[in-house]
Amino acid sequence: MTELIATASQTIGPYWHLIEHPEWADLTRFGATGERIVLTGQITDGTGAAVADACVEIWQTDPPTDDTFPGFGRARADADGVFRFTTIRPGPVPGRGNTQQAPHIAIAIQARGLMQALMTRAYFAGEALNATDPVLGLIDEPARRAGLIAVPAGEGIWRLDIRLQGVDETVFLDI
Amino acid sequence: MTDPAPFRPVRPGSQAALDTPEYGSTRQRHPTRPLLRIPTTVTEATGPQFSPRQFAPILNMTVHAGGAAQGERIIVRGRVLNENGRAVANSMVELWQANAGGRYDHPGDTHDAPLDPHFHGGGRVFTDADGWYEFTTIKPGAYPWRNHFNGWRPNHIHFSLFGAGFATRLITQMYFPGDPLLPLDPIYLSVPDQKARERLVAAFDLETTKPDWALGYRFDIVLRGRDATPMENPA
Repeated sequence: MTELIATASQTIGPYWHLIEHPEWADLTRFGATGERIVLTGQITDGTGAAVADACVEIWQTDPPTDDTFPGFGRARADADGVFRFTTIRPGPVPGRGNTQQAPHIAIAIQARGLMQALMTRAYFAGEALNATDPVLGLIDEPARRAGLIAVPAGEGIWRLDIRLQGVDETVFLDI
Repeated sequence: MTDPAPFRPVRPGSQAALDTPEYGSTRQRHPTRPLLRIPTTVTEATGPQFSPRQFAPILNMTVHAGGAAQGERIIVRGRVLNENGRAVANSMVELWQANAGGRYDHPGDTHDAPLDPHFHGGGRVFTDADGWYEFTTIKPGAYPWRNHFNGWRPNHIHFSLFGAGFATRLITQMYFPGDPLLPLDPIYLSVPDQKARERLVAAFDLETTKPDWALGYRFDIVLRGRDATPMENPA
């Protein structure tokens, strides 16, 4: 079998907004049904400063994608480093073997100064399956594990702050 | 349901380190803890699929707002494959770039070079069934940046690709052959392996060149592929 080597990633840089489509932050815009939620959070760097030029993308496999639900969203961080998506709350999805994954949303962060996408996940506080989730289970330190779990921040609003660097650095995933 | 085959690990030297001190913006933005390797699940193995019905292609960036853009018209053509050599078919590719003068049509770009009312610099193409894409644009100009004294970015076009899964998402930059700024550019040089770096440089292509119209460049892209032979078998 042919074996090629994947092309090198290069930073998205500061001018990626030429491919920004603000409506993509709303995954319900095609008429999806289900429990509407807002997923929001602030991205900060190693000094605590807002990452105001980040491109945040999300992907979820539940509910299944169709003409009404793209499963994918893109949002810019604002001047305070805050991103905000409107989507449908996911349910559990299969893990490897006979395992089940707790409901989660995959997140990719790109920005000036990032050589490749930083991948992480948003889980939901209070989900019983969090206790047995195969990815959360790989994180030994409880404080770091908590860093992937979004918390309620108002009616239907879930908040997950992301720290690129520092003592409370987010767990980023090699997928 | 069968477990998805894992993605091939990154080939050493083929990707830039997150901590690249020569590129100052990485300093406060690179994670200091190692990335957590996770098993490949449906979340990583699947990804968004875009249709040209919903996301209209922009194949020609040389005409915008009712007029022709300034600068050297070029055609860029190439093939998108995965690491197993298979075509990445019907997949969306997004493009963005500076104009011929080296200025982005973006409020954050304050470089003292003229904007071109007839060049926006955003494109969108879809690969065909065999992974081929093609678009027409203006050759982007070089521009200064404040990373270091007298720093200039080489001519480049930004590419955004999706492929089959969220794990294959790729954003990269295409450079031009013979650019004297390449050996001075910390972003280009961030890729340790010379061959991997050189694969970011398009090739002049006479076959793509259209007589009396525009020079052609060839730029092929490889997205991550999944390992055909599972590394571990719990059974």
